Amino acid sequence: MITKIVENAWAATEGISDGMTVMFGGFGLCGIPENSIAAIRKRGTKQLTCISNNAGVDGFGLGLLLETKQIKKMISSYVGENNEFEKQMISGELEVDLIPQGTLAERCKAAGAGIPAFFTPAGYGTEVAEGKEVRIFNGKPHILEHAFDASFAFVKAWKGDEAGNLIFKGTARNFNPLMAMAGRITVAEVEELVPAGSLDPNSIHIPGIFVQRIFKGEQFEKRIEQRTVRQKQTS
Amino acid sequence: MLDKNGIAQRIAQELKDRYYVNLGIGIPTLVANFIPKGINVEFQSENGILGMGPFPWEGEEDADLINAGKQTITALPGASFFDSAMSFGMIRGQHVHMTVLGAMEVSQNGDIANWKIPGKMVKGMGGAMDLVASAENIIVAMMHTNKSGESKLLPECSLPLTGLGCVKKVVTELAVLEIKGGAFHLLERAPGVSVEHIKAATAGKLIVEGEIPEMKF
Repeated sequence: MITKIVENAWAATEGISDGMTVMFGGFGLCGIPENSIAAIRKRGTKQLTCISNNAGVDGFGLGLLLETKQIKKMISSYVGENNEFEKQMISGELEVDLIPQGTLAERCKAAGAGIPAFFTPAGYGTEVAEGKEVRIFNGKPHILEHAFDASFAFVKAWKGDEAGNLIFKGTARNFNPLMAMAGRITVAEVEELVPAGSLDPNSIHIPGIFVQRIFKGEQFEKRIEQRTVRQKQTS
Repeated sequence: MLDKNGIAQRIAQELKDRYYVNLGIGIPTLVANFIPKGINVEFQSENGILGMGPFPWEGEEDADLINAGKQTITALPGASFFDSAMSFGMIRGQHVHMTVLGAMEVSQNGDIANWKIPGKMVKGMGGAMDLVASAENIIVAMMHTNKSGESKLLPECSLPLTGLGCVKKVVTELAVLEIKGGAFHLLERAPGVSVEHIKAATAGKLIVEGEIPEMKF
């Protein structure tokens, strides 16, 4: 068995350097690698290009790296609900590349699967298609999109073992498995880290081959962005 | 004239038994409250769940269980979770039968603009471009006119597009309209709304054939 365990978030983020392109799993604040983000903030790494579906909120998630101006460019599908982001984008400090969510997911998947580019119908006829090759398949126009190339992928899983196998929970799965496949170095932080053999091989979502470093997150706040509930009827 | 719930209720009549459905944020979300009796549908949320249920009871919220609007939700019996590539595979691969989304503008040939207003903060398209590029059955839920009273049903969209020639039906507070052959075809009027009113509020080409029935609820 090849072990992937590193001691903590600090050790897991070793080697990240200024100007790198890095991926962060999560959708909104759901399933984000909180501990790795905190460690990168502590390291003060600058000029990062970040690939992540969203850019966190003020004071949480990638919002923490925006606050310290560590991000040069964001590649995302949706970036609302973040005042610091808006400020830096309007002032021109922060570059932003907005791409369709399904294309973002597929560009991650392609990167991990050795597919350099693919055609998708999403964005044809819009400004997303500008400058991109168009081909007709089955009578319908598609645009050429390329796989990402990221030095690091930071993902968050529910359970993991020392071999780097990962299991996700609920909708916290989202982009995490795809980015785990895509990163040249994939760092997984997990809520529960167990010995090899403790997880049922039938239930593994991401095999350890895609994970270079795994650690148990010290703390997970798991902040909820929109708390929506039903009130219990009192009869 | 309908309110937002009325629009959602009318769209719910478009649901058919055994449909998998993706609902966008805003009015489309309300459609889930009006599923007709005897019809079984499953809701997909593109962040990675099929079989999405209602909001959780207070105190039972789970940070790992949200919808595409980032709201806490529940999973119904038979639900499943999956990653974002598989989710958009369901969408682009046309496994989802019906998509309901909001719009800023719709044109008479079915183009839709709903993600960007030049000069304003651009938040992004999220999954909207993937949804409209592939879904066969796209219904737009929106108000007939904008806040300045200008028609949102146009000969051509003026805002940056989300997708081309993809919208099949539009349901507004005034009417149900089908888009075909480069025109809006008036199918139904909202209760108490006249054909003249709808004509005046529609800037795009509008075809009115015969007696236009009132919506039934």
